[in-house]
Amino acid sequence: MLKSLKVKSALLSIIFLVILLGIWEGANQAPTDTKPLTEYEMLMGGASQEARVPPPSEVIELGFKELSDPFYDAGPNDKGIGIQLGYSIYRVMVGFLLAAAIAIPIGFLIGMSPLMYNALNPFIQVLRPISPLAWMPLALFIIKDSEISAIFVIFICSIWPMLINTAFGVANVRKDWINVARTHQLSPLQTAMQVILPAAAPTILTGMRISIGIAWLVIVAAEMLVGGTGIGYYVWNEWNNLDLASVIFSIFMIGVIGMLLDMMLAYAARWVTYQE
Amino acid sequence: MKHHFLQIENLKKSYPGPDKDSELVIFENANFTIDKGEFVCVIGHSGCGKSTILNILAGLDEASDGIVIMDGKEISGPSLERGVVFQNYSLLPWRTALQNVTFGVQARWPEWSKDKVQEHSLRFLELVGLKGAEDRKPSQLSGGMRQRVSIARAFATQPQLLLMDEPFGALDALTRGVIQEELIKIWEESKQTVFMITHDVDEAILLADRILLMTNGPKARIAESVKVSIPRPRKRTEIIHHQDYYKIRNHLVDFLVDRSKQDITVLNPKDASPKIIDLAS
Repeated sequence: MLKSLKVKSALLSIIFLVILLGIWEGANQAPTDTKPLTEYEMLMGGASQEARVPPPSEVIELGFKELSDPFYDAGPNDKGIGIQLGYSIYRVMVGFLLAAAIAIPIGFLIGMSPLMYNALNPFIQVLRPISPLAWMPLALFIIKDSEISAIFVIFICSIWPMLINTAFGVANVRKDWINVARTHQLSPLQTAMQVILPAAAPTILTGMRISIGIAWLVIVAAEMLVGGTGIGYYVWNEWNNLDLASVIFSIFMIGVIGMLLDMMLAYAARWVTYQE
Repeated sequence: MKHHFLQIENLKKSYPGPDKDSELVIFENANFTIDKGEFVCVIGHSGCGKSTILNILAGLDEASDGIVIMDGKEISGPSLERGVVFQNYSLLPWRTALQNVTFGVQARWPEWSKDKVQEHSLRFLELVGLKGAEDRKPSQLSGGMRQRVSIARAFATQPQLLLMDEPFGALDALTRGVIQEELIKIWEESKQTVFMITHDVDEAILLADRILLMTNGPKARIAESVKVSIPRPRKRTEIIHHQDYYKIRNHLVDFLVDRSKQDITVLNPKDASPKIIDLAS
C-alpha cells in the first residue's frame, strides 16, 4: 500500500513535470516566418533573436553543457557554474558556522538564565527584523572588504533563528530531566552536556535548518550587490549579458543546492531526534 | 535519646497567601524517624503534601521550617546519597535502558572504568528482569518496563536512602503486582533504607515495615505510625491469610475514610511525633 502510494506520487510528479515543460516549450517557440526575412533580419541571424523566454529544451541543453565542465575558469567574467556555486556555498558555510559558534552558546545562556533572557531580549527583538542586506553599507564601510562583508551579512541573518531556537529549546527542557541531573549531583557543565544539550538538540537543529535556508536566500541578493564571484553575481551578470537560458539554469541550480543544504541538516537532525 | 538514621524534625512547608501576612500551610509539625534498612510507606489523600516531603528529603524542594538529619548531618540540596524513583519514571529518552542506568552509575563512581560501569549496570537491569531489553530506548518499552529501568537506576547507585514517589501509580494492577515482587527481591538483596509514597493500602502492607498516615491538607500532619507486624519474606498471595492483615488494613482504610478528615490527631504533646500503633496479636 505504502509502496504503491510512493510509486503513484512519483508517476504523478513526472506527469506534472512533462505538462509544465510542454506548455513552456510550446508557448515559447521561435516565431515562424510568414514573409521573407528582411536584410537586417538576415544579418541579425533571423527571427529567433526576437525577445522571448528560452524554451526548456534550450535550458536543458545549456545545463548539460555547463555541468559537463562546471569548473572551467576563463577569466573574471567567464567561470563555470561549479566555481560560482562553490564561492556561494563557501560564504554561506563560513557565515553560518561563525553564527552557530556564537548563537548556540549565547542561546544556552539565555535559555538557562531568566536574567540574561530579560536583559538581552530587547536587543534581539530589535535586531532580528532588520533585513540582513540593510547591514551591507555599514559592513562595507567598517570591514572595507566586499568578500568579508558578504560573509558578515550571512552571519547576521543566520544568527537569529539559531539563537532563538537554542534559547527556547534549553528553557523548555523537561523539569523532570533537570531533576534527574540534580539528584545525581551533576555539575552545571555536566548537566549542560549530558542532559540539556541532548534534550534541546532537536530544537537547536531546527533553528540551524531555518538559518541555513535564510542564509542561502540572502547570499544570492548579497552577491548581486557585492559582485565579483558567486551564484548571485552570476545570475545578475547573465542578465546583463541577456543570456536568459543561463539565468534560468542558475535559478534551477540555486534551488537544487538549497534543497541539498536543507537535506543535509534534516539528515543531521535524524541523529539527535528522540521519541518521548 | 536513641540515634536514628534519618530524623525529620518539625518540618513545615507553606506558601505566601493572598494577603500580606497570611500563609498557606501545606503541612506542619512533621516529625518522624527512619532507621537504617527500614522500609517506610506514607499514605494520605492527594494534596496533603506527601510529595513535598519527599522532594524536601531529595533536596529538590526547600522546607519552610524544620530540619532533616541523615546519618547525623543536616541535609542540604540533592545528593547521590539520596536516590529518587520518580512517578513518571523520568528516563532520558535519548538513552537506551542500559545507558539510563550507566548515567547514574557514572555519576556515582566517576573513577570506575567503562567496563565496570557497564557490568554493574547490567547486573541491576537483570535484577529487575530486563535482560535482553538493555539496548531499547524508553519509547520502545512499556510503562512497567520503564519503571523497572528507573528502579534499576536508583538501586544501582546504592544510595543510603531511596525515595520513591508513587512508583507504581501509573501502572495497571497486574504489572504493579509483578514489579512489587521484584522490588521486594531487590530490596531484600540490597537492604536499602526506603521511603515510599503510595495511594495503595495493600501495596503499603506488602512492602513496608511501618506505614505513616497523613491527615488531609491544608495544615496536614503525620498522625500515626502503624507497624506492619507480618513477617518477611512476604508474598502477595500469602499475606492476606495472616491474622494481622485485615486488622492493619481495616485500621488504614478507616483512617483514610473517616479520621483523616478531622484534626483529631493525638500527637504526643512533647515532641509532636505520630502516635505509634502496633496491631500485632
